[in-house]
Amino acid sequence: MSSRSVFLARSQPMRLVIALPFLWLGVFFLLPLGLVLGIALGTNSPDSVPPVELGVDLASFRLLFTDDLYLAAWLSSLRIAAISTAVTLLLGYPMAYAIARAAPRRRPLLLMLVMLPFWTSFLIRIYAWMGLLSENGILNQVLRGSGLVADPGTILGTEWAIYLGIVYAYLPFMVLPLYAALEKLDWSLLEAASDLGARPSTAFLTVTLPLSLPGIVAGCLLVFIPAVGEFVIPDLLGGTQTLMIGKVLWDEFFTNSDWPLASAVAICLLVLLVGPILLFQRQQQRSLERRS
Amino acid sequence: MSGRVGVAATVLAFGYAFLYLPIALVIAYSFNESRLVTVWAGFSLKWWKALLQNEAMLDAAWLSLRIALVSATFATLLGLAAGYVLARVPRFRGRTLFAGLVVAPMVMPEVVMGISMLLLFVGSDRLLGGPERGFLTITIAHVTFSLTFVAIVVQARLADFDRSLEEAAMDLGATPWTTFLTVTLPMIAPALASGWLLAFTLSLDDLILTQFVAGAQSQTLPMRVYSSVRLGVDPQINVLATIVVAIAAGALVTSAWLTRKRD
Repeated sequence: MSSRSVFLARSQPMRLVIALPFLWLGVFFLLPLGLVLGIALGTNSPDSVPPVELGVDLASFRLLFTDDLYLAAWLSSLRIAAISTAVTLLLGYPMAYAIARAAPRRRPLLLMLVMLPFWTSFLIRIYAWMGLLSENGILNQVLRGSGLVADPGTILGTEWAIYLGIVYAYLPFMVLPLYAALEKLDWSLLEAASDLGARPSTAFLTVTLPLSLPGIVAGCLLVFIPAVGEFVIPDLLGGTQTLMIGKVLWDEFFTNSDWPLASAVAICLLVLLVGPILLFQRQQQRSLERRS
Repeated sequence: MSGRVGVAATVLAFGYAFLYLPIALVIAYSFNESRLVTVWAGFSLKWWKALLQNEAMLDAAWLSLRIALVSATFATLLGLAAGYVLARVPRFRGRTLFAGLVVAPMVMPEVVMGISMLLLFVGSDRLLGGPERGFLTITIAHVTFSLTFVAIVVQARLADFDRSLEEAAMDLGATPWTTFLTVTLPMIAPALASGWLLAFTLSLDDLILTQFVAGAQSQTLPMRVYSSVRLGVDPQINVLATIVVAIAAGALVTSAWLTRKRD
């Protein structure tokens, strides 16, 4: 079988099938990343078009690691992404668990209901929270109307709104891999555990949790990685005082036209995420190999 | 046992309420008389009329649709090739790099991909004199990040089928090409369809990558929505949201119904 595969790989049409996506991704994905590094090493020159002078200068990187503003942006991005991922896991795990344990004929519908928001626009889902969280928004009207809180304050424009937005937008990405892991779980193992005298909490911690670990890792990475570089959510829901690194990159590029600095931010973001990204890729590959 | 069912039902009810309440409110307020999307002033269709006469918004929607159609089609072709290679060609020079490149766009922060592709187009503009930023550059960018998703769907589908059917066809004298067309392709057709739909949706929804590579003249629907939403809430966006949700729900229900019929 493998000799046939090798034969296949050497055949002329198969070479083309390999070469096309390879070339495409090389030209439109790999090469651009190289360009980002090249520009990051250049210097900003506002008067030329494009506003960059090529060279080898680490000034942009130095600025990123010495200026308090940028350091604060890195730290708050990591903090916000980590906390939001944890909250999404706490909310998503019980949901995935409940779906995996529901009657088999109900599961497709329950899963579809998790997927549906993902198929609608990301931007519009974030927009939905703007009307809910603003000063005279629906949430505050309900709070005032109920008489519980006279002056509820405003959530829109605070870090809380960013947490809420990330958890809301990325919840489906957490639930789906968790469900995939829990659905395959052999539930008779839990019965065995309880027959042997394990309490439900012990059985969960020693059987269910370890066996669903691949789903937990995949789900957390699918939330954490995009959340670190998130731009739309902090821009629309967060205030001016919350800095996130994706927004810094955007502003340096579009508002300040400092291409080298924006490129340096991109390179640092990549270096920061290269660990999680490789972890995700390896896991993805392993789970596919297990299936075949 | 009934206690546990109760807990599960509560968990799901809470989760789905969290997912759907904001969307439901957006839909409700698209029929609101008032300009303020937070105050209910009676039923009205005036924002629906306003949106349907909003030329800029309609132009943007048309541009987005064309880009999504073209980019989803190319992404499906390239993703089919990439997914096939990953599932069926275990060894060739550069396979590790190939596998890495195929999955990477899925987890690459969008701002990073955006700035890198813009730099590529700026560079090619200086060296080769093109392409002009607009339809073509947006389409290329969308193909690049959505082919990943198609490849993963195709690879997963192929991994579910063992090779014996394809090998039987070849043992009976079918050429690799005939085997692909008559055995492999029908097997993975559903995966291709859902991959295309995924690529189409991703393209239609993309804001960040598009904003980087779009240039001054082209405005896609998400770009229009974004610039309008930045200024605050706008009832016309509520109308647009209602239409998008209706289309997504319709498509999902139809595809679920088709799958069930086939089973």
